[in-house]
This record gives sequence, structure tokens and C-alpha cells, in this order.
Amino acid sequence: MERIPILKLGRALLVSIQVDIHDRLAKALEEDLSEKIVATSAKGVMIDISGLEIVDSFMGRMLDNIAAVSRLLDADTVVVGMRPAVAITLVELGLSLTGVKTALNVERGMALIGVGFIEEQDGEDAPEGDHEHHTG
Amino acid sequence: MENIAQIVDQHAPAIVARWQAILSANGGTGGGRIKEAELQTQCREFLNALKDALASGGEGANDPAFEPVRSLLDDVSRSRAVQGFSPSETATFVFSLKEPLFEQLRAAYPDDARVVTDAGWQMTQLVDQLGLYTMEVYQKSREEVVRRQQDEIAELSTPVVKLWEGILALPLIGTLDSARTQVVMENLLQAIVDQSADLAIIDITGVPTVDTLVAQHLLKTIAAARLMGADCIISGIRPQIAQTMVHLGVELDVVSKATLAEALLLAFQRTGRTVVRKAARA
Repeated sequence: MERIPILKLGRALLVSIQVDIHDRLAKALEEDLSEKIVATSAKGVMIDISGLEIVDSFMGRMLDNIAAVSRLLDADTVVVGMRPAVAITLVELGLSLTGVKTALNVERGMALIGVGFIEEQDGEDAPEGDHEHHTG
Repeated sequence: MENIAQIVDQHAPAIVARWQAILSANGGTGGGRIKEAELQTQCREFLNALKDALASGGEGANDPAFEPVRSLLDDVSRSRAVQGFSPSETATFVFSLKEPLFEQLRAAYPDDARVVTDAGWQMTQLVDQLGLYTMEVYQKSREEVVRRQQDEIAELSTPVVKLWEGILALPLIGTLDSARTQVVMENLLQAIVDQSADLAIIDITGVPTVDTLVAQHLLKTIAAARLMGADCIISGIRPQIAQTMVHLGVELDVVSKATLAEALLLAFQRTGRTVVRKAARA
């Protein structure tokens, strides 16, 4: 069965959707992604949909779901590269993806979640130390 | 109908002359919008077409035999609609044909009142049908003109301007209906892609009223821009409009500034720019 590749970039995961996605593929992506977030303890998920030309309510809900799941697993979701026509369609469908961050392209998306990483990577031990202090 | 056909056939030049005289007296030239000579040509062509239609046994204006007459009327009323004739000036063209026809009928049958009334009635009905047809075409042409102008206005009044690197302004002028919202949205989103903008200022100084529907359209535009990764700032909400919006319970859940200048300043701050005035000029 075909799958959508999930790439690891530092502490972020990059999903690039370049084909028109069907329901089963979307479901598989949701599952794969949540497992990968846990496995890599990623802090950010970037979904590049610049290749997506057709969008429906299912697709919109999938993006919302991925964002909700990621949030539970402590990762930010950024949707990047949405085409104008897709944006208009989603708005007309009443899906404005309020729980998802958005950026114009992958570069900007990286900047949006990247800043958070670098800080966390720099002081990676400190927050965890803090955390232990709190619990301990 | 035979009586009318006969009369039109025999007295065509007299009818045209009389018809044209009546038209000229009753504003058939639309106050000089078309020339007498042009009017005369139209009258003669129309009467010829009418003669042919009647000769081939056409019974009413919707008869296939009247097709040439109708197409002639199409041209006449369409050109009049474009030239700015008033509805009654356009209708006069056809309706004033009644008088000369009736005069000829009376002259042809001086002793037979029954024939004159019967034929006169048929003639009146025919001219009325043709007149109504003229008005329908006139109305349609006017609507076309209005529609084209609307399209032009929609295109003209939704410019997207680049204020600064990555900052766009969308000065909205006029009422926002769903058709215009669509145009605005498409223009804005395309501009966001083209300019890789991350901020858009929607200036509604030129929007006369903001009701719940307009607010909904604005919110849609903002949501679509956000999906593309661009934030929106609303500016130019006039005091009365702000009050109306509060009274109506309209909530725009976005950053709003009173003027475009303030919005631009905020946009500068958001993108990490500061505006400084050079040291006082000497």
C-alpha cells in the first residue's frame, strides 16, 4: 500500500503531500504521523500541501485531526503552501482550520516552528531539569 | 389582416412620411441622438419588413413570418438602449405607427365603419405586440449595460497594493456582496502568493455600511488569507460604523486599527521594523 513519506528535520517532521490524497491514504498518514511523533519526540509537524489542487471536507477534517493529535503529543502543526483556490474552498466549506498554524511556504513554516526548537535545543536540559524540580 | 397588408403595400411612402413626422414631433429622435436620415431609414426598413411579413400571411408578432420584423426591432431598440434613449422614446418608435396606419385605413374605407374598426383593432393589437417586444429587448439591453458596468466596478474597486516588502494593502470601496467578496478574496490570495506577503491590511474606509453579512464576508477573506499564512489587520472603521457594528452585535475577531497609518505602523512592528524621523531639518 502506498504511503506518504514523513521526513525528520531536526526536531520537526515534514510531510509533503504531492498527490491528490484519498481517504485511506489520509487515514494511514494520520496513524503514521502520530507514531512518528512519539518515536522521534518531534516538537513540530509541517504539512506541505503545495501539490494539492483538490480539497474536500474530509481533507480539511484530516488536517484538523492531525493538528489535534499533534497538540496532544506536544507538537505544533504548521500547514504550508496552500494554494489560493484551496484556501477559498476550505473557507467556503466552513473549515478555517483554527487549530492549525499556517505559513506561505516551507521556509516560512520552518521559521515559524524553528525558532522554538533552537531555543529548546540550546537549553534542552534546563527545561527538563525544571520539570523534575517541579515534580520532585 | 388582409386590409392592413393591402394598405401598407399601397401607401408605404405616405405612411413612412406621416410616421416620421409624428416621431420627430414626439421625441422619436431622442432629442437629436440619432439623425433624421437614420430615423427615416429605420422607418422605411421597418415598414418594408412589416409589409413582407403581412404579405406572407403573418397573423401576430410572434408568428415565424414576423422574424425579420423582430430582428429589425432587436437592432433598433438595442442601439437605442445603448444610445441612452428613455423607455418612452424607444416605445414611441413603434406605437406612433398606429396613427398613420389608422388614417390610411379610414381613407381607404370611408363608408365602411365596420371594416375600419375591425381592421383598426387588429392593427392596434399587432402594433401593441411589437411595442411590447421592443420594450423587452430594450430592457434586456439596459440590463446588459448595467451588468457590464457592475463587472467593471468590481474589477476596478478591488486593487491590492504593495505597501512594503511583505505588506499588502487592500483598500475596499463600496458595498461588499458575495460576488465582490469572491473577487476580493481571489485577488488578495493571488497577491499574497506573488509578493510572498505575510501581512495584509484591509482598509474599509470606503465601505459605506458594515452589517452582519459584510462582516461575515470580511471574516471569510481573513480566514482564507490566514490559511495561506498571512495575517490580516483591519483599518479604517469609521466611528459611526463602529457604533453600528456594536449595536448589531457584529464581532470582527481580528486586530483592527482606526486608520491605515496606524495599521501600517503595527505591520512595521510585527515585521521587526521601526520608523525613525531623521534629525530635525536645519
